[in-house]
Amino acid sequence: MAPPPVAAASDAAVRAALDAVYRQEARRIFATLVRLLGDFDLAEEALHDGFRAALEQWPKSRVPASPRAWLVSAGRFKAIDGIRRRARFDAWDDATDAVQAFADPALAWDERDADAEALEDDRLRLVFTCCHPALAPDAQVALTLREVCGLATEDIANAFLVPAPTIAQRIVRAKARIRETRIPYQVPPVAELSERLDAVLRVVYLVFNEGYAASSGETLTRPDLSAEAIRLGRLLLELLPEPESMGLLALMLLHESRRTARASAAGEMVLLDEQDRSLWNRALIEEGAALVMRALSSRRFGPYTLQAAIAAVHAEAKDAASTDWAQIAGLYEVLLRADPSPVVALNRAVAIAMRDGPAAGLPLIEAILARGDLADYHLAHAARADLCRRLGQTAEARASYERALSLARQAPERQFLERRLAALAP
Amino acid sequence: MKYLCMVYFDHTLLQTMTPSERARLDADSMAYDKELDARGQLIVAEALQSVKTAKVVQVRSGRMSQTDGPFVETKEQLGGFILVDVQDLNAAIQVAARIPLAKYGSIEVRPVAKVERIPS
Repeated sequence: MAPPPVAAASDAAVRAALDAVYRQEARRIFATLVRLLGDFDLAEEALHDGFRAALEQWPKSRVPASPRAWLVSAGRFKAIDGIRRRARFDAWDDATDAVQAFADPALAWDERDADAEALEDDRLRLVFTCCHPALAPDAQVALTLREVCGLATEDIANAFLVPAPTIAQRIVRAKARIRETRIPYQVPPVAELSERLDAVLRVVYLVFNEGYAASSGETLTRPDLSAEAIRLGRLLLELLPEPESMGLLALMLLHESRRTARASAAGEMVLLDEQDRSLWNRALIEEGAALVMRALSSRRFGPYTLQAAIAAVHAEAKDAASTDWAQIAGLYEVLLRADPSPVVALNRAVAIAMRDGPAAGLPLIEAILARGDLADYHLAHAARADLCRRLGQTAEARASYERALSLARQAPERQFLERRLAALAP
Repeated sequence: MKYLCMVYFDHTLLQTMTPSERARLDADSMAYDKELDARGQLIVAEALQSVKTAKVVQVRSGRMSQTDGPFVETKEQLGGFILVDVQDLNAAIQVAARIPLAKYGSIEVRPVAKVERIPS
């Protein structure tokens, strides 16, 4: 926690202490400053100014007993000072209102506000504000990654293979929207919590998926994004131990456990049933499986928990042949009721084919494709192709593999489909 | 990371301002430079003399030419610049938005390119 006070810390020691505080506390301090100042941009400047003030003053006095409280206080002071200064010069419309608001004793700041619980509440407020439904989904993602995770605009852009100005624009617009529509900086009331939490989980899972299976590009995964998503998932679970938070974290951990086995040394895609299970990360599997059990026992679980449960069944099989497909198919039945999406229906059909044979699964997949929902989803055609292949319907298999190939965008997936196509009997 | 904020404005706009408005704009601009400097974000900031004082230099086939210019049709001309060091593009945009002349002109924000040094 806080280092013991020293008479007059050396510059190097202060820098080291400050770096450590920045790494651990910067985002927490930022979240509190957003609450105190009522504005993201002001809070960002205040954060910067607070750390800068510390860099100047701590060597002269000492590293304070509560660095977090000191930094919030210093940042807030500089921000108010800046607003007053600008108000004198600028035609800044909100200046008078803002200054009056800070003068309001009800918003006074004291050391007690720096206690751990208040700060965690502020972090929750920040997460829920960044994932507010009034913001466009890609704006929610960009804003969360920058403001909650502290990633730089350029890093977010690189991760999503989108130009930096595009991400910058999304963030600028999102902040403007928060200001204009006066999105309140608060944890949603209990009645809305479940729905609002869904939005947050969706953002986290989107980030994870972007890192896990890059939607376009040469390599199959982008590990940094997935790591960030897992970090976010852990934070969310710590702040709000809801069953679906547990379920999502479990799901991500279980997917992550197979990262090394998912691609061959040559970068080729290796399907689940062909993966070298000795490469699976057992620690992540254990952690994920334990979270699934906790979530299931709450009886308030949802789709993420169910998906995690399915992943856990796979993880517990010592080899592909030992996979308990009956349990998986059963879990998909429940999942389909909770989340009646075409992709879930597809995965259920695949599980049924594994449990009861390809002849049982093929009609289900054809019904899904006939409805048109997954007409452009390469995995739907790949699944159909696989079942046709297993039933000896070579011409049909070829047609579906070709359709899948025309829709697949990632190089490793394309190579995999090409290999399957080439392996078909003429 | 470094970003160059290029300040473009129509100088004729300034000529339509009253002397006290001009004075306030100048004071604000200098105060803002100081604020950025106090933050440790300023590398260098300068105003430029009028575009009438500009010369365009080119070297082609070993011969240098020097002409008055540039004669561009746009009303907004490059009038100054601020080179800053901030955490990312959004931080640079925030800095640019607060430049006093941003209310009258346009600020082009561009990241400084990282030149890869090829090991010899």
